[in-house]
Amino acid sequence: MNTRTPARRILRTIGAGAAALLALSACSSSSGDTTTGTSGPPELSGTVTVFAAASLKEGFEELGARFERRHPGTEVTFNFGGSDSLAAGIVNGAPADVFAAASPRTMAVVTDRDGTAGPPVTFVRNQLQIATLPGNPHRISSLEDLTGPDLKVVLCDEEVPCGAAARKALDAAGLELEPVSYEQDVKGALTKVELKEADAAVVYRTDVRAAGDKVEGVDFPESADAVNEYPIALLEDAPHARAGKAFIALVRSAEGRKVLTGAGFLEP
Amino acid sequence: MRGERRVARPPRRPKGSRGAPLPLLLPAVLGLAFLLVPLIALLLRAPWRGLPEQLTGPGVWEALRLSLICATAATGLSLVLGVPLAWLLARTEFPGRGLVRALVTLPLVLPPVVGGVALLLALGRNGVVGRWLDAWFGITLPFTTAGVVLAETFVAMPFLVISVEGTLRAADPRYEEAATTLGASRFTAFRRVTLPLIGPGIAAGAVLAWARALGEFGATITFAGNFPGRTQTMPLAVYLALQNDPAAAIALSLVLLAVSIAVLAGLRDRWMRAT
Repeated sequence: MNTRTPARRILRTIGAGAAALLALSACSSSSGDTTTGTSGPPELSGTVTVFAAASLKEGFEELGARFERRHPGTEVTFNFGGSDSLAAGIVNGAPADVFAAASPRTMAVVTDRDGTAGPPVTFVRNQLQIATLPGNPHRISSLEDLTGPDLKVVLCDEEVPCGAAARKALDAAGLELEPVSYEQDVKGALTKVELKEADAAVVYRTDVRAAGDKVEGVDFPESADAVNEYPIALLEDAPHARAGKAFIALVRSAEGRKVLTGAGFLEP
Repeated sequence: MRGERRVARPPRRPKGSRGAPLPLLLPAVLGLAFLLVPLIALLLRAPWRGLPEQLTGPGVWEALRLSLICATAATGLSLVLGVPLAWLLARTEFPGRGLVRALVTLPLVLPPVVGGVALLLALGRNGVVGRWLDAWFGITLPFTTAGVVLAETFVAMPFLVISVEGTLRAADPRYEEAATTLGASRFTAFRRVTLPLIGPGIAAGAVLAWARALGEFGATITFAGNFPGRTQTMPLAVYLALQNDPAAAIALSLVLLAVSIAVLAGLRDRWMRAT
């Protein structure tokens, strides 16, 4: 069945390769249908790409939907993840318009390389809370209660922001706490409590709020010493700078604040 | 992958007319480059000067030691449970055997994190089985070294089972039959005849399983958590170091790379001499 000459085979291979390339380039150009306003006035269009800390998910999705409704023709796509890996992505050339980080340190990764168009601004703050089982069966009422020997407590690893904040709060309280695990992110810590594998975790208020009635939140005074600030900035190489700027304006508006405080964040 | 061993060698083809044709050679070289360049990049970007310092931190050896112990224990457990399972699949007939075989290989394609979640739901403190372990024996597995071993076994055992089953299928069952007709029980026949016969297959499967267990990340961090010295294996240490200290992550990666290469080099002579 194979009677073709090598030359023909090579041609076929090249043809297939070319077709694949064409398909690829078609894909990439369709996603970049940018636009600088067709008629001039504040008509916005195009896709705003927002890289945002995972903890912002619920609030930002709500704001994204409102933004799209207000500006027909626009689309807001999100990339939620750990602030560190998002920052690394941006520094390495990921095409994004807006970066909202969970800590000034991670934002600094981008600003250090002049990656933002203008200085970042703090738009919300997040405070720690103890997440415990529904009904608080172990009667946890303070950070100190977590140091009891019979409790299984998980913390975030100190390499990630929620872990660094927890460490700060523990140090402020002068407490030693040996957790059963240092989780790789805040959701990982919360999940262990939701599944009842751990009795308590130190996480953000926003995560407790998002988990609904699967966990119960306990405030503790030392959390005031470890409040996380969330900076937001338009990126230097933003493909859709105008729309990106408009999205940031929405986030920082009274309306945006209301949505975010509804999700458990504190005013900046 | 095994199995060719006992098949008669195909007749030698006349030595290929010329070199490989271009449409094969080009993608082949690209494929090779794709697999090797990232590893070379790791070597190029390694912080060689700071390396001794990075690697002498106590955390590194703790993580490496734990990795080696857990991977070895997981391999042992896989052997104890996996070889009989492979025998069952290869040598007996029972209804639904095809389905069982498919299920055995499921962890091969399942994302490891999903495996971790499933383990948590089964063996966790509040899990389907784990609840009773806790109530009756006071055993809880999550957040323990035993949990790491179980997570690694879950992910690695299918490699062993598949490898051993393949070898068993290729091995002639008539030796066992002969042994049983001579009065040996089926178990004795398995122990004295089959086992030595499929030794190389078992060894190859065990090395594969060990290597897979050593690299396990998703199921481990999901089921066993991350605590230095207890459940923090090398891959976990690499991932977390990457958050703040890429140089440390690269240094740790180099160690894992070196260990993996050492394993493959050790393997080459005995089991990897393909065809």
